[in-house]
Amino acid sequence: MSAVATITDLAVSFATDAGPVRAVDGVSLDVQPGEVLAVVGESGSGKTVTAKTILGLLPATATTRGAVVLTGRDGRTTDVINVPPAQLRAARGRDVAMVFQEPSSVLNPVYTVGWQIAEGLRAHGDVSKKEARARAVEVLRTVGIPDPEHRVDHYPHQFSGGQKQRIVIAMALVLDPSLIVADEPTTALDVTVQAEILDLLRTLRDETGTAIVLITHNMGVVADLADRVAVMYQGKLVEQAPVGDLFADPQADYTKALLKAVPKIGEGRARAAERAAARTEEWKAGEPVVEADGLTITYPGRFRQPAFTAVDHVSLQIRPGEVLGLVGESGSGKTTIARAIAGLTPVSDGSLKVLGTQMRGAKGRQLKGMRPRLGFVFQDPATSFNPLLTIAECVAEPLVVHGRFASPEAARGRVDELLEAVQLPRSYGDRFPHELSGGQRQRASLARGLALDPELLIADEPTSALDVSVQARVLELFSELQRELGFACLFVSHDLAVVDLLADRIAVLYRGELVEEGIGEQVLGSPHEDYTRRLLASLPVPDPVAQAERREALRVLHAG
Amino acid sequence: MTAPEIAGAEASGAAAAAPEHLEGRGAWFKKLPVVHQLRQSVGLQRGMLIAGLVLTAGFVLVAVLSPVLAPFGWSQLRDLDGAFGAQQPPSAEHWFGTTVGGYDVLSRVVWGARTALLVVVVAVASSIVVGVLLGLVSGYFGGWLDRMLVVVADAIYAFPSLLLAILLAIVISGGQSSMWGGIFAAALSITVVFVPQYFRVVRAEVVRVKQEAFVDSARVLGTGHWRIMTRHVLRNSTRTLPLIITLNASEAILTLAGLGFLGFGIEPTAAAEWGYDLQRAVADVTSGIWWTALFPGLAIVMAAMGMTLMGESLNDLSDPRLRSRARSRKVAGAVAATSVEADTSVAPVDTAEPKQKGDDA
Amino acid sequence: MRFLLIIPTVFILVTTVFVLMRATGDPITAALGGRLTPDQLAERIHAAGYDRPILVQYWEYLTGIFTGDFGTTISDNRPVIEVLSQYGTATLELATYAVIVALLLGVPFGMVGGYFRDRLPDAVLRILAILAYATPVFFAGLLLKLVFSVWLGWFPVAGRVSTDGEIEMQIAGADSGFMLVDAFATGDPAVVLDVVSHAVLPAAALGLLTAGVFLRLVRTNMIGTLGADYIDAARSRGVGERRLVTKHAWRPALIPIITVAGMQIAMLLVGAVLTETTFEWRGLGFQLAEYLQARDFVAVQGIVVLMAVVVAVTNFLVDIIAALVDPRVRY
Repeated sequence: MSAVATITDLAVSFATDAGPVRAVDGVSLDVQPGEVLAVVGESGSGKTVTAKTILGLLPATATTRGAVVLTGRDGRTTDVINVPPAQLRAARGRDVAMVFQEPSSVLNPVYTVGWQIAEGLRAHGDVSKKEARARAVEVLRTVGIPDPEHRVDHYPHQFSGGQKQRIVIAMALVLDPSLIVADEPTTALDVTVQAEILDLLRTLRDETGTAIVLITHNMGVVADLADRVAVMYQGKLVEQAPVGDLFADPQADYTKALLKAVPKIGEGRARAAERAAARTEEWKAGEPVVEADGLTITYPGRFRQPAFTAVDHVSLQIRPGEVLGLVGESGSGKTTIARAIAGLTPVSDGSLKVLGTQMRGAKGRQLKGMRPRLGFVFQDPATSFNPLLTIAECVAEPLVVHGRFASPEAARGRVDELLEAVQLPRSYGDRFPHELSGGQRQRASLARGLALDPELLIADEPTSALDVSVQARVLELFSELQRELGFACLFVSHDLAVVDLLADRIAVLYRGELVEEGIGEQVLGSPHEDYTRRLLASLPVPDPVAQAERREALRVLHAG
Repeated sequence: MTAPEIAGAEASGAAAAAPEHLEGRGAWFKKLPVVHQLRQSVGLQRGMLIAGLVLTAGFVLVAVLSPVLAPFGWSQLRDLDGAFGAQQPPSAEHWFGTTVGGYDVLSRVVWGARTALLVVVVAVASSIVVGVLLGLVSGYFGGWLDRMLVVVADAIYAFPSLLLAILLAIVISGGQSSMWGGIFAAALSITVVFVPQYFRVVRAEVVRVKQEAFVDSARVLGTGHWRIMTRHVLRNSTRTLPLIITLNASEAILTLAGLGFLGFGIEPTAAAEWGYDLQRAVADVTSGIWWTALFPGLAIVMAAMGMTLMGESLNDLSDPRLRSRARSRKVAGAVAATSVEADTSVAPVDTAEPKQKGDDA
Repeated sequence: MRFLLIIPTVFILVTTVFVLMRATGDPITAALGGRLTPDQLAERIHAAGYDRPILVQYWEYLTGIFTGDFGTTISDNRPVIEVLSQYGTATLELATYAVIVALLLGVPFGMVGGYFRDRLPDAVLRILAILAYATPVFFAGLLLKLVFSVWLGWFPVAGRVSTDGEIEMQIAGADSGFMLVDAFATGDPAVVLDVVSHAVLPAAALGLLTAGVFLRLVRTNMIGTLGADYIDAARSRGVGERRLVTKHAWRPALIPIITVAGMQIAMLLVGAVLTETTFEWRGLGFQLAEYLQARDFVAVQGIVVLMAVVVAVTNFLVDIIAALVDPRVRY
């Protein structure tokens, strides 16, 4: 059987404010029937552009060269790039369909999901309303939406994130295409939901024989689902191999580096144990830097809606020089706790002592003494710097506000030291935040957080917006600085592997409650709680063999 | 830890991060509002911007040079050769003819530009000061004061602008007055109409900026409110101002003309005002006298059009979704800088950036 | 819940008008000062109650509005409410025509412009829309009048109906205030034609202005929704371009369009005031200009309050309609 899609010497460039930019450069690929081809790469690798080209969905600012030939179930071929619009339209949905990254934005908010599924059917031939509805119900059942007869008339906002992604998959599936392009289909989802969606995709491939092009940055997802892998870097294809070979024996230097940069659970265990052994009894008896006792944070409901409890009776402690990793999925309250410790969110109930100051009901003046002893690193490096100030001015801000220096210029010497400490060239101080890459900005953010030599640093998902290779460098730097300066740290993350790498102790949050807390070996090695186990089992590991075993374990866990 | 080429990628990505900005370094004037957008624009948007700039420049020039350009004074009825005569058709003496009151139409059109410009400048300047200040304080501190101001601003915003201006004109000047009195009355009437607009826009921006991580970061440091407001919030909240200023300027001209048309302008002897002249021309039109209406009317259209064109194109350029870019004919350009984090305004090249869904709150 | 804001909004509007009108002093002096002796003035002021404490007057004014009592005009001594009901229909009729013109032109051309953004059809439409916006409605009215009435003689110069038509209506007993309705009531096609020919130019002048605003509004929102991910997603399933525009993008774009279009009602009323003056269309706007000339501020206050309240209530209704169209609000 011939390939369902053949890409030959594809090149794409975009018109931008800064002139033309090439996104894809001479890529050739083919997809065989029923296989899952993963296209992996970091931001800027051109993988999403390649995916969009397969459906001819590039914006008007794009210029394309090369050929993308699709072969439908009936053997018809279509060259997406050089075909009249009517024919391209006919091929879309019938020969190739797409699953997008953000399920909430790809569903039309003002139409029912049934109507939207039916639209795909109507576009490819005359179907009666009744028939279209029946098909919609059927396909919703296939993707595992409970009670599809009833749910078909619901609007997108009435479904959860994971269900929305199932509906998007249903829409792709309804015309039985020979190829589905899935662009980061699980990136916007929590890890437990991600496992379910990956399972669904696998089942569909097995049952319908549709080929899948899986675009992703996540090596765990690749190991879980892919048959074959294509690695892209800066618009070019650097390596193509069956999934087992790629992980076992990567050829290209880039692939090797990429695989090495992926954090794996268990890597930090030895280090954590060593650190734990070095702690004295005296240290254990000393006063903690952060002490939460029955900490509760509620957001008042507006307009007679009930109040929302984001954090519910959480008790935890951070001792001097200790790194506490706080893990949880979206809505678990982890960021709320971080913000409360920094005094950004008021405490509703219970007690929260930070550096000896009671945060509950504390006013600006009472926090004055504690503030210079605390640093904060934010999640999104793109927005955590004032875009109108230079990096040096931003880093100098804490020094000036707390009167260590009279002006940002006077503080420049200390700023240069700090930049050097986070391995940024001094000259970067004169740049504006948008002139730095995400990783560099996050290092500058670290420099700012450490400017006053704080006793406590709060890091709220500091690497979740970064590419994996950049993340690795930032984490390494972080760990080095922590050892050197010895600050205590609350490290918030959704990624168990990242937390494991850095933390002395790990706390797991679920819907505002603290489920489990302890050293990494115990929490991740032999978890007591069901939720922790499920969380752990849902996390795909970057190793196809090990992942297959884990998948089985997860299935058992769900069955039991 | 990682292979050198990955480290290299990060560095090179940064170097090419925002060529637009690097290129502008050293040439400060290229970063000025308008000038920056002019360089950035292409096609229709550029055409509109240039047309708008030309018309506006023409309007300002005529206003400034009116003593030189106008053949007669705005209230002049006769020269050495005797009275001009009423409703005279265009001639060599009076290119645009004369009005029913016996004034030279060309002179009144030219002098009218000066009145219009003064009103626009006073109205826009005063409404910015008040609107921005209120918007900043209200948006930053929030609370009951904010809620009250929003309700009041919304109510006034919904008030038919010309009617409000009429009421204010009655209050301020009792209806009609001298040149400066009339100009200030008209300008202040328009100011009150505009303040809610600036208030709404600036407040919305302040509320948005206030939630940005860099403001949180300043708060964590214990930075004082005044410093946060001036250093971090204010300057990041003013990006849409050039746009509203231009759109308001044209609205100010139209409101001034509307006031004049309803008889709340400036006495013809005090200053020339286009709307007033049009009101006097209503009866002329019925008897087929076209020149008294056409020329002041065209003057209003051109002045308002110039600023509207400018505002519309600035609006497009400020919004990445609306901004058009030159499309290259062949596949071209360097590969490196396609990273999303390099510049968010780059076309949707690759959205692979891992997005962890926002935590609660 | 935010719908309840209508109450403080109306209250603020009504209060603002009162404060502004009283800031000039009492309306009797404003209208008749100089023409009467100080004694006569004082007598009139006392008779009308303008010498009482301001808060008492304010309370009377508020309760009056609730009971439909807007005071009595000074210049022609009529209850203001009578003026409002007599002329309000004319303004409503003109505004309705203009909205129809605006919907017929603005919405389809806005969709066309949004779809063909930055290409020739869009460029032409945008320039026309900006021209429509930048042209004061009274100047547009004068030009239309000059060309089509004075020079070409196609349409009457001013008014809402000719004298013959008016007499026929009186005979037929048709006095709904809506000229077109009354014309149909006479059953005489000549009268209908007469009324229509009077309405064409004012409706065109005001309608074109409004159409320009609508076009811009529809265009911007179409571009916004056409760039949304769900449009790309629908396209990826083979939905045709025309259907993308008319179905998939149109309905989500409609919600902001409705909301913002509601805010344009204020602009429409201001336009109506100016259009009526230009074409001697005897509606509230025309009367407002007359009363302004006569410095009859009691009448002016009544008309302005009515218009402001109409705007606020319309916005309120429009918000409710927008919420009904949006499924996210219903559940």
